[in-house]
Amino acid sequence: MTQNLLIHGGRVIDPANDIDDQLDLLVRDGLVAELAPPSQIKHEGARIDASGCWVTPGLIDMHVHLREPGYEYKETVATGTLAAVAGGFTAVACMANTNPVNDSGAVTEYIIERARLANLARVHPIGAVSFGLEGRALAEIGEMREAGIVGISDDGMPIADGALMRRALEYAQLFDLPVIVHEEDPSLAANGVMHEGQTCLHLGLRGMPSAAEEAMVARDIAILEQTGGRLHIAHVSTVGSVRMLRDAKSRGLKVTAEVTPHHFMLTDQAVLDYDTNAKMKPPLRDATDVDHMIAALVDGTVDAIATDHAPHHRDEKEVEFDEAAFGIVGLETSLPLGLRLVRDAGLSPNALIRAMSVHPAEILNLNAGSLAVGKPADITVIDPEDRWTVDVNRLRSKSKNSPFGGWEMVGAARATIVGGGIKWPPQEAQ
Amino acid sequence: MSIVGRHLLGLDGMGAEEIQFLLDSADSFREIAEREIKKVPTLRGKTVVSLFFESSTRTRTSFEIAAKRLSADFVSVNASASSVSKGESLLDTARNIAAMSPDALVVRHSRAGAPHFLARHVGCPVINAGDGAHEHPTQALLDLLTIRKEKGRIAGLKVAIVGDILHSRVTRSNLYALRTLGAEVRLVGPPTLVPRQLASWGDLHHNLEEGIRDADVVMMLRLQRERQGANFLPSLDEYSRYFCLTSAALDAAKPDAVVLHPGPINRGVEISSDVADSNRSAILDQVANGVAVRMATLYLLAGRVRDTEQRQTA
Repeated sequence: MTQNLLIHGGRVIDPANDIDDQLDLLVRDGLVAELAPPSQIKHEGARIDASGCWVTPGLIDMHVHLREPGYEYKETVATGTLAAVAGGFTAVACMANTNPVNDSGAVTEYIIERARLANLARVHPIGAVSFGLEGRALAEIGEMREAGIVGISDDGMPIADGALMRRALEYAQLFDLPVIVHEEDPSLAANGVMHEGQTCLHLGLRGMPSAAEEAMVARDIAILEQTGGRLHIAHVSTVGSVRMLRDAKSRGLKVTAEVTPHHFMLTDQAVLDYDTNAKMKPPLRDATDVDHMIAALVDGTVDAIATDHAPHHRDEKEVEFDEAAFGIVGLETSLPLGLRLVRDAGLSPNALIRAMSVHPAEILNLNAGSLAVGKPADITVIDPEDRWTVDVNRLRSKSKNSPFGGWEMVGAARATIVGGGIKWPPQEAQ
Repeated sequence: MSIVGRHLLGLDGMGAEEIQFLLDSADSFREIAEREIKKVPTLRGKTVVSLFFESSTRTRTSFEIAAKRLSADFVSVNASASSVSKGESLLDTARNIAAMSPDALVVRHSRAGAPHFLARHVGCPVINAGDGAHEHPTQALLDLLTIRKEKGRIAGLKVAIVGDILHSRVTRSNLYALRTLGAEVRLVGPPTLVPRQLASWGDLHHNLEEGIRDADVVMMLRLQRERQGANFLPSLDEYSRYFCLTSAALDAAKPDAVVLHPGPINRGVEISSDVADSNRSAILDQVANGVAVRMATLYLLAGRVRDTEQRQTA
């Protein structure tokens, strides 16, 4: 099945093992078998020429929506994981807001089975915190854990009830699961459709103030301090959130956070002309926020880059701005946008790989994020110089709702290897 | 070779020359209302469709009279009662209208940006007759025309806009045009409706008399009753106690200050009857000027030879 494979001529960047060097890497039986200086490994068989490329632990997107079961017209596990491997991701963690909601072991098992059949990227389901994402009763977290969830989240539906949040942080400790939170005070965000700032006032749209996010970040850090457990803040987007995160980490609290490429790359000005592909939650913020997202990635306050890949059908986006669905696809543009920070913002290649692989693996307790001998051979070969233009119609995701259409990108996945098998580029049938 | 663009979606970004040109054109249409036969053949054979997704009697009627005085065929679609209730998307509505080849589309919609969306998908000029809290360009143009008639100029005037600034499309359109033409704009109302984030728009005032002091123009806005429920204000009574324009309050403005209101007025809420009915009120002149402004707009946009290339791409 999985043949041996030599990845040669590349620069191995393996932050978990402090490696950044020209090395060849041998994969045997789906595992990392050997790392050695160039041309020293004896090997006959399949090879990947990684000259000019980075060889890194497989990228992990810890926040995606695969839409299956229930919304297969937007995305399926198969199309979403194809988009993942095309974007260099060997694993994704998918949120629970499917239909039915992933609040039971049966739904978790179904998603895992769909991923096994698709046989592309690894899929790690995230279970619901509350039954039906209703924000009332805790879901059966143990049952879902046994079926394979790696975290719990009501993502998309903020947990308004502070007492439920407290119990979730306490109960999840039984299984060492992170509680992943979408921070948004529903009364402050109200019916807002974009960031409340000058652009919003100008366009006459209803705003979501930064305080809607920050009030919840403050609350949850306060609860965490009392309960212990592990809190992971999804898609931080404001200066104030970063400030509180930095403070909480300096006090030793177990809080981690992710930022999306759109929140470190775009401002609310992208909404001008009422572009519904610039509509998402949390909303695109202002230039100061964007600068702080980048700084927080560079200084490590924010741990991970995650896309919040949120496919929506054309009919849900080609409508009035107020009526348009929130969210954008991100799996196929995340890597080059991250590489842009390496080029332009002083993020080191090491830090990028930590944010896109090592840290997500740590937060979700995955046996991944490392190229140590004996580890599963989940590997991304990145060509950091590959130039291409985003054509939304050629995205592998079933949905095309990207604000990055027409952007000139630099950097792409040359090969995506999962468990020793080459999943990208597509291989001839064997 | 008009200096006016293809659509009239808003006054944001419109230059002074273009605004003056629109006002001059409107001025020339005012006289038609005084004729015995109030009709000219300018738009004969043209079809103007009005598509109102939000109820409005006066704006729609004003456009209808304007179109008919120019001899256009005017078709009025009450969209809130037709396509929307059948679940048709705005995109499908746009495609259907485009297929009927109108020469201009007049749109009112509760969603900001809806006319811009339609403008991208229909092959004819689109006139924004009010989109959510965004813009209402013909209202602002008729306000400017009224001010220009009363004061002879716009530049250098002190204009106070009073009321629900935050949610007001009338304010936004007026603000852009007034500033472009050199007026000094003050925004007056309680901090919930005139929040500090608006500071870049003009001088903010939370006291009515201070806000209108020495003003040449006092523009009152209609207070939407639903603002009470969302806690923007405790009650209409309390609002009127502080922000109702009474003749006593109006004493703070210049003696010859003119009072405007886009209508319909809430007597006793934002404006007292003695002010509304006084000789300082230009409210009915605004209505008359509204027809002239809409005639000018239709003439300049629908009167063009249709661009066949645009039609094919619709």
